[in-house]
Amino acid sequence: MDRFMTRPDAADMKLNLKLPNPGLDERIPSHAELEKLEVEEAGERPQWDNKAQYMLTCVGFCVGLGNVWRFPYLCQSHGGGAFMIPFLILLVLEGIPLLHLEFAIGQRLRKGSVGVWRSINPYLVGVGIASMLVSFLVGMYYNTIIAWVLWYFFNSFQDPLPWSQCPVNENRTGFVSECERSSPVDYFWYRKTLNTTPVIEDSGGLQWWIVLCLFCAWTLLWVCCLRGIETTGKAVYVTSTLPYLVLTIFLIRGLTLKGSVSGIKFLFTPDLDELLNPSTWLDAGAQVFYSFSLAFGGLISFSSYNSVHNNCEQDAVIISVINGFTSIYAAIVIYSIIGFRATERFDDCLNGNILTLLNTFDLPEGNITESNYDGFLQHLNSTAPAVFQDLQLKTCDMQTFLSQGVEGTGLAFIVFTEAITKMPVSPLWSVLFFIMLFCLGLSTMFGSVEGVVVPLQDLNILPKRWPKEAYTGLVCFVSFGLAIIFAQGSGDYWLALFDGFAGSIPLLIIAFCEMMAVSYIYGIDRFNDDIKFMIGHKPNFFWQVTWRLVSPLIVLLIFLFYFITTVSKELTYIAWDPQSENFPTLETKSYPDWIYGIIFILSGVPALVIPAVALYKLIRNRCCAKEEKHTTAEHKIQIPDELDRTRRSLH
Amino acid sequence: MLAGVLLLIFLPPLVAKDLCKDSQDGFKVRLSIKTGLGDDAYEWNESEMFLFRSTLAYAMRKHSNQDTYTIDNILVCNDTQRVSFVFVVTSTDDPDQLIPKEQVELAVRQNKHRINNAFLLSDMTLEFMGIPPTLSAPIIYDTEPWLIVFGVVIGAVAVGIVALLMSTVSKKRRAKEKAAGLSEEDEGIVKENGTALSSLGRKEGVYNQAFSNDDRFTKL
Repeated sequence: MDRFMTRPDAADMKLNLKLPNPGLDERIPSHAELEKLEVEEAGERPQWDNKAQYMLTCVGFCVGLGNVWRFPYLCQSHGGGAFMIPFLILLVLEGIPLLHLEFAIGQRLRKGSVGVWRSINPYLVGVGIASMLVSFLVGMYYNTIIAWVLWYFFNSFQDPLPWSQCPVNENRTGFVSECERSSPVDYFWYRKTLNTTPVIEDSGGLQWWIVLCLFCAWTLLWVCCLRGIETTGKAVYVTSTLPYLVLTIFLIRGLTLKGSVSGIKFLFTPDLDELLNPSTWLDAGAQVFYSFSLAFGGLISFSSYNSVHNNCEQDAVIISVINGFTSIYAAIVIYSIIGFRATERFDDCLNGNILTLLNTFDLPEGNITESNYDGFLQHLNSTAPAVFQDLQLKTCDMQTFLSQGVEGTGLAFIVFTEAITKMPVSPLWSVLFFIMLFCLGLSTMFGSVEGVVVPLQDLNILPKRWPKEAYTGLVCFVSFGLAIIFAQGSGDYWLALFDGFAGSIPLLIIAFCEMMAVSYIYGIDRFNDDIKFMIGHKPNFFWQVTWRLVSPLIVLLIFLFYFITTVSKELTYIAWDPQSENFPTLETKSYPDWIYGIIFILSGVPALVIPAVALYKLIRNRCCAKEEKHTTAEHKIQIPDELDRTRRSLH
Repeated sequence: MLAGVLLLIFLPPLVAKDLCKDSQDGFKVRLSIKTGLGDDAYEWNESEMFLFRSTLAYAMRKHSNQDTYTIDNILVCNDTQRVSFVFVVTSTDDPDQLIPKEQVELAVRQNKHRINNAFLLSDMTLEFMGIPPTLSAPIIYDTEPWLIVFGVVIGAVAVGIVALLMSTVSKKRRAKEKAAGLSEEDEGIVKENGTALSSLGRKEGVYNQAFSNDDRFTKL
């Protein structure tokens, strides 16, 4: 308690700066009170049934769709195996410290995100509200992706799969033109699923099948989150473990397919020159940060249901390791399948060319094979160059096919689904794949909902006597209502907008504020003592350096990079436009002007809430202080003792 | 005399070849046996050609409902190693007259399925240049399969929600009853002295909080 009595260490005197924070002790439970809570198990706060539930929930929250479809792409585009180096370094310097910080503060203060920041300092409530807003916005669009996954899942129960062939046109002489020019998987995704419009301004009306899938996704989420961790704790036994099982099945299946090893080789071929490129490091940092689902408030909430002496340091390390391992494992699986698909495409391309040659020159079948293809090409080019030019043979390059490895929805719904159609018993693989994506997404949504519901309860906006079911139901219902914008024809463009702006910059700002608040407003010394009380030993030098210096610096750098690149360039989006010249290549279009307003709302409002709330509280306190001074001045003559007490409690 | 006889013998095939080569009513056919059948591919020889001509005669018979078409009505030329050739169909009444292209096309389209099966090939591997394949009709479901799966999932979710809500309601009701029951028993002990012992008879005892071992009250 009497910090001013102990002599601060000369070595860390500089970094030991602590901003004045009066009244902190009144706002937070003391160590003695925590011990009492622990022993009596009193209080209405929900608790985990066992440690496994807690770990599975956190793993599920961290491991999400990004591990499957963002990390493999980053790995492959930034020098393959060499990308592991910045990724692992930043995992250790940025991911683990931030995770430990959120776990420790939640476990210590035993509240959700708003409660924690309010306890540290009432001016910091804005950080909690910003977390809540970001969780809400991200949850809205994330569940829409789950709705799309559900749509594909529902459509997987038929043979042949609907995206394996183009639909025929009216007089049954050929295929639908849009499908003919692109591919069956593209057509099914852009036309049958999204029914996408060429530009974002064109709304295209509501697609009723997507609305149904959205409804299904939100009600499924509600049934799992109905009573908070009581129900999610049971659901995670399935949703967090099933993806690993499916990944293993796909790995075994993938390795038995032709060409899978070339995909894995392509993924991990190191290109050490990429390490000199700063954007590699920045992408690695961003991936670590977003992959850990930090600054959403969900992790703080989950950790607050733990017992006080839970070893949060160990948990942070274990979950970080699992997250990193899952990313790498998923990358291997995805690229084995992409290697298979690329080999199939290459073979098709080559066989198509060979057939063209055979047909033009009327050679018997089997004369030209893959082995003597090049030799033959040269021979024919030299003997009959004119004819050769007219043929317009397609160039078949394996590297091009491998680097068509896409990221995001393109990977799951176009590339991977195409690969599945080429496997035997495709409906089975399709069902498995989409169940895995569904589980990955749903377990992340649990954290998102937690990050919205608990702050709502803490803010006392809604009546306190409402049961938890009503809170979760309200959040799911409102999110479903607003997510209808993603069910329009232009829904995919809106989703890309949300993905780019709602979940990127505000999170970085919140994370930075979190670290500053804990290190310098709560006080790193007090924090160290708390951790010593909770787990038995003081955090070592590594944690001190990363919490106070290294991690905030990394987050700040990433934020500046993102901010500058976003503000400096013209914002564009890619659109599916059958009328465009380069069809089926997606066309880059620029946003209309009113979109900038929406971008400001998505990025700016959560970020600006932090200073706005602080300012609001400051103004309110000044007014209250003035009023109190007037009233106490009146009572001064009558009751001197009580006056002293009231004055003390004002701070 | 001999020359005349020779001419008579060799003229028909020569004329036939000219009919086939120069005509506008012919179709080029291409077979990709190795692509279609792989290891089970058969050799293309005269017998196979015979089969082809007879299937085409069959197609013409079916289309025109005349039983007069024979294998001699189908003339073939431009035979290459690719296994591609051109054929024409001569009329049954006049061997020098060719059946127009449209008729032959219709005949082939109607019976493509049978022709394919005779050769164990498909539309991709047995091509008639200029005759687009008739694609199979799309499968029309009474109920789309995805709606069925959707219905099952929504049904399960609805059952889950109702079950969980019911269990919450019943839990609350039980908690309320317990609280109400306890308060009644407390009142009984205070109000009527006699009933205190009778209530004891029903249970093992009543927990008297005044004599608890709880540290809460002894801690200073």
